[in-house]
Amino acid sequence: MRLPRLYPLRLWPDESHFDFMRLRHISLPFSAAISVAVIAIFLIFGLNYGVDFKGGTLIEMQPQSAEQRVPVATVRDKANSFGYGEVEVQEFGNDGGVSLRFPIQPGGEAAQGVVVEKARAEFGAGYSFERVETVGPRVSGELVQSGTIGVILAVLAVLVYLWFRFERELAIAAIIGTLHDIVLTIGFFVITRHEFNMTSIAAILTIVGYSLNETVVVFDRTRELLRRYKTMPTIELLNLSINTTMSRTAITSMTTILSLVALVWFGGRAIEGFAQVMLAGVFICTYSAIFISTPTLIYIGVRVAQRRQAQEGRGVPQPAE
Amino acid sequence: MLRFSRTKIALTLGFVLLGLILAVPSMLTKQEREAYLKAVPSWVPSWLVPQRAMILGLDLQGGSHILLEVDRTDLVRGQGTQLRDDVRRTLREGNVQPEGGIQLSPRGVQVRISDAAARARVMPKLRELAQPINNAILGPTGARTLDIVEGADGLIQLNFSEAGITDRIRRAVDQSIEVVRKRIDPTGTLEPSIQRQGLDRVLVQIPGLQDASDVAKNLNPAKLEFRLLGDAGSTDTELMPSKEAGGQRVPVERRVIVSGSELTDAQPGFDQRTNEPIVNFRFTLKGAQAFAEATTQNVGRPLAIVLDNVVISAPRILQPITGGSGQISGRFTVEEVNNLSIQLRSGALPAKLVIVEQRTVGPGLGKDSIDAGVKATIYAAIFVVLYMFATYGVFGFIANIALIVHVGLIIGLMSLLEATMTLPGIAGIVLTIGTAVDSNVLIYERIREEARAGRSVVSAIQAGFDRAFATIIDSNSTMAIAALILFFMGSGPVRGFAVVFILGIMTTVITAVTMTRMMIALWYAWTRPKVIPF
Repeated sequence: MRLPRLYPLRLWPDESHFDFMRLRHISLPFSAAISVAVIAIFLIFGLNYGVDFKGGTLIEMQPQSAEQRVPVATVRDKANSFGYGEVEVQEFGNDGGVSLRFPIQPGGEAAQGVVVEKARAEFGAGYSFERVETVGPRVSGELVQSGTIGVILAVLAVLVYLWFRFERELAIAAIIGTLHDIVLTIGFFVITRHEFNMTSIAAILTIVGYSLNETVVVFDRTRELLRRYKTMPTIELLNLSINTTMSRTAITSMTTILSLVALVWFGGRAIEGFAQVMLAGVFICTYSAIFISTPTLIYIGVRVAQRRQAQEGRGVPQPAE
Repeated sequence: MLRFSRTKIALTLGFVLLGLILAVPSMLTKQEREAYLKAVPSWVPSWLVPQRAMILGLDLQGGSHILLEVDRTDLVRGQGTQLRDDVRRTLREGNVQPEGGIQLSPRGVQVRISDAAARARVMPKLRELAQPINNAILGPTGARTLDIVEGADGLIQLNFSEAGITDRIRRAVDQSIEVVRKRIDPTGTLEPSIQRQGLDRVLVQIPGLQDASDVAKNLNPAKLEFRLLGDAGSTDTELMPSKEAGGQRVPVERRVIVSGSELTDAQPGFDQRTNEPIVNFRFTLKGAQAFAEATTQNVGRPLAIVLDNVVISAPRILQPITGGSGQISGRFTVEEVNNLSIQLRSGALPAKLVIVEQRTVGPGLGKDSIDAGVKATIYAAIFVVLYMFATYGVFGFIANIALIVHVGLIIGLMSLLEATMTLPGIAGIVLTIGTAVDSNVLIYERIREEARAGRSVVSAIQAGFDRAFATIIDSNSTMAIAALILFFMGSGPVRGFAVVFILGIMTTVITAVTMTRMMIALWYAWTRPKVIPF
């Protein structure tokens, strides 16, 4: 028996003939069901919006010394006794860090400041305030708006780009995959209860970029193979596209995962959530490029594109041989 | 292809070297940076020594971010009161008695004059109150500050036009910026950054400030009014506590002669005769006229200087004050005079500023974030470098050099642009470490494919670079689009992430394509291999 070689390290065999497209009978209904389920749980449970979007006050405090540490239940009772609404109190780290999240106060922008003053008066003696964020109703509304517009605009802009660079069918298939990835990422937020804030929008937009990156690599190959094998059946052609790019997909996913694992482990509490979401995103994007976007082409007719291309006698510029 | 001309090599190396040198200042602490700038021999021209460093965001260095907004309602109300006074004066000059007085309306004032002749007499004068709006760049805009509607039943409505309010808000923000600076940083030691944001907002960033509540208190604009002390019991007066009388309440006339919004300046000083600390102030032209008129008519009576509904001093009017300036004395200490003049200057704030967003990070948390970020960056680099080497051997080594240069170039460009590095920005660098090698992977995998298809080493390498190039451009472009949108939509820390990502996409084309190509060409010329070594 031949032992696998340690060098060069290979995650995927050089010559593979795996029938990826066959799995579409599982993957497409599976993803459709998951997407519907995610939308359902999103509607039922909603996202755990942070102060960026919900408004209110976030305070993170650290005891100044071990003696000044107060049991978290006491902190919770005291904070709730302020009369500023239901306070979400959580412990973090090993040194008695406590985070407090106060809801937005009625009375508009000017009414928000009292929360921090009161908290400082109550806890300021024993705790140092490491992070204080107060977002009024107007700014939080604007952030929701710009975040939503940002994601929609990103999807549209990329759609236009792909439309120009590829055929319409390929662009649509890529966007279907990307929408799937956005939905699943939001599902990740709903299930894990990770705080959803401006950084989460950054994570989603990065996932949009990464998702398209993965799809574009496969589709670039599809386009090339379409030109080279004019008569190859669609399914075979798509399988070939994925098999020939699979080695690269595996390696790039691996390097991205490695860097994100470093970020999850060492990046600290403030960035951990972002890294975890991105990590989930890498798996989601890699899966969708192979099992969602590519098989979608079978149904929306990649051959149509090819025929049109042949008729119009126009080709996408190809690099010199 | 596998021949690189010397010029090309020199150019590539030169560019890379320049980028890396630019990164140096950002890698040093402030003290180290000063020491190194001193250590550079004087004959080296200063433009050769990189001095720019990236700026650490408040989330990394600690500090407060405060977003203020001009209170529109307050501004309109203030303007309305002023307009009412103007209308009253105009009517008095025209000898017209309005029925039922002059009413404040939500958007201005209204007055009823049933007598058509009287109306015709004052209308042109009232119309003069509507002033043309000038744009700083375009000059006169044609719009006016007021919309004046003359109703059939003699009701005249003077409403602030939308353009007028917008213009007033814009000017209010401009005026506020200096006032805010003086208020929060009277000694000039905090190095705050204060900028206009959008139409009606001011963004204040104060590095190192941990408790923003003092700032919030200081920002409350003091309401200053010049009135006259009145007679107790009169319906035209109200009782107000007096500072001079130890909090005892004194009667003050309701009528405001001049309000704080008519002050252009207030400075601490000393009385030339008594050497007592005083505040010197100056009125606007309009304020000066009103003040001159009132002091002329009331020589001998005590003035009431009212600050936030407290009479802070009540000097007797010795002679008409027509010069448009004056002084306030009231047994103040030097410190009180300093504070008061700052307060009076901000009393000139045309409207209330409201805090709409406030974020503060303690220096400890900021430092922890930097340490954690640097640690994550180093570990990510180690993981990826080892993995790439295990996968591609010599070619992996080449990709790794390109990767390290890539990170260096991002920092170099950020230093050159003096861009802000934030915590999400550091996350962006770590993520970039993972994704930047993608270009190398695309090229290398293509090379292997071409070699398997039977091409010679040179031809496979050549085809690998050529064919992967279109894919690299496509995949990076989609990433760039997402990053650009994030840049324009995002704010603060998230923007730092977008900047890192955009720069990363730009430099990856240089490092992963040009630089890698050059290194492989050199390696090939040196070893002349018969097979692709991975």
